[in-house]
This record gives sequence, structure tokens and C-alpha cells, in this order.
Amino acid sequence: MASLLYFGKLVELTHSPQETIDLPPTLGTTHDLRKWLDNRFETEGAFLESTIRIAINNQVVTEPQAIGQTDEIAFMPPVGGG
Amino acid sequence: MKSPSCLPLEAAKVICVSESPIDAGAALSQFQKAAATSGGIVSFTGNVRGTSAQGSVTTLHLQSYSPLTEQGIERAAQTARDRWPLDHITILHRTGDMRPGDTIVFVAAASAHRRAAFEAADFLMDYLKTEAVFWKKETTSEGAAWIEPRAEDYQDNARWANTETT
Repeated sequence: MASLLYFGKLVELTHSPQETIDLPPTLGTTHDLRKWLDNRFETEGAFLESTIRIAINNQVVTEPQAIGQTDEIAFMPPVGGG
Repeated sequence: MKSPSCLPLEAAKVICVSESPIDAGAALSQFQKAAATSGGIVSFTGNVRGTSAQGSVTTLHLQSYSPLTEQGIERAAQTARDRWPLDHITILHRTGDMRPGDTIVFVAAASAHRRAAFEAADFLMDYLKTEAVFWKKETTSEGAAWIEPRAEDYQDNARWANTETT
């Protein structure tokens, strides 16, 4: 099972901050996963935006990156606090 | 669930991300004691604004992603220490729900001389505004919206890319 985390404005689209899910084995990379989630949530490209960065197991990755069935994969819109 | 308080601030480097309220006055008082002999102390306190472009603010919600958030702040603090001769650094940052007037962030830097302390605090705030892993949701009289850094915030942060501070 993979853990998917959705931060910031993405929560409004997924209606849940995280889910644990069996990913289809056909999803090999972050690119495949973005497309799959965009279809699944019917988000009209929101998951494909380059401003949304991905962290796998607490590391922000350069894409496309291979994904695994037990990874924690976080979708991170533009950040900023202060 | 409330996190434990970030105080006291005795260590040479304190980084704390917490849902607990920040008492900026108490934080500065403790920081000044810890850095009593440093010569120069600069602190910055950031509070929730009462009004935004969208209207009158009712709540501000901040989300972090542990441990990525803390690790990023840690790296920025280390960059500051490498760049300026700092005796003490403290960075306190809130998460969770806040109301206008609540303190979101407290940054303090202490050095033998003022310039290093001013610049380090400024540098750390620019990092926190644009690169630190936080997401902000503002609720106003007009509704709720997730806020992203402004172009000015990115420009402020870019100032540090090529400047030497010897």
C-alpha cells in the first residue's frame, strides 16, 4: 500500500488530506501517477501543474521519478509561511 | 493535539514548529538572556493581519509537513550560520489555526555586531516566506482561500542568491 498525501489547495480537490491505496501496477513513475490521479479526481489538470512538487519518502524529487507500492508520496503546491 | 512549548531558548540554535501559541515577548526575553554577551540582537515577529486584500480576516490556518518542514528550516539556519558569524539563532513557527494578532513566526539572531544579526534575520524571514514547507489558508468575510507567496516575496528571497557578505 502506498500513502498519498495532499497538501494545501489540493485538499479541496481530493476532499481528504491522505489516503492509503494499492496503486495500479501500470503506474511506474510520478508522471503516470499524476495523470492517473487527475483522471480519478476529475481535476482538469490540477495534478499535472509543474508548480505542484512531489516528495517521495520525505525527499522532494526530480521528475519523472520511479514510484513504489510502499512509498509515501506527497503532493506539494507552492509553499510559504512567515 | 497541542505540541509542547518551544521555550526555553537556551541553545545556540533553536528551531521549533508547533501548534502552541508563540509569546514573542517571552521568546525575546529568553533569547536576550541566552545571547546576553553577543553585542547585537535582532528579532522579527510576524503576526496574523486583521485585513487582507480579500477582506477582514477571521482565521489563518497553517499546515506543515514534518519532518520536511523542520529539515528545510534547519538547512536555512545552517546557511545563515555559514554566512554570518552568529552566536545564537531562534526560529519559532506556528501551525494550526490562528486569529488576527496571533504570532505566526518569531526569528531572532545574535552576533557580535549588528549587521550580521540584521542580515541573518532578514535572510531567514525571506526563506520562511517563500521556501519553507508551509501551506496557508486564509478565511475572510469573503470566504476561504489558500495563499501562495507573492511575486515580491520571491524577489526578496532572490536578493540573497548572489550577494557576498564579508
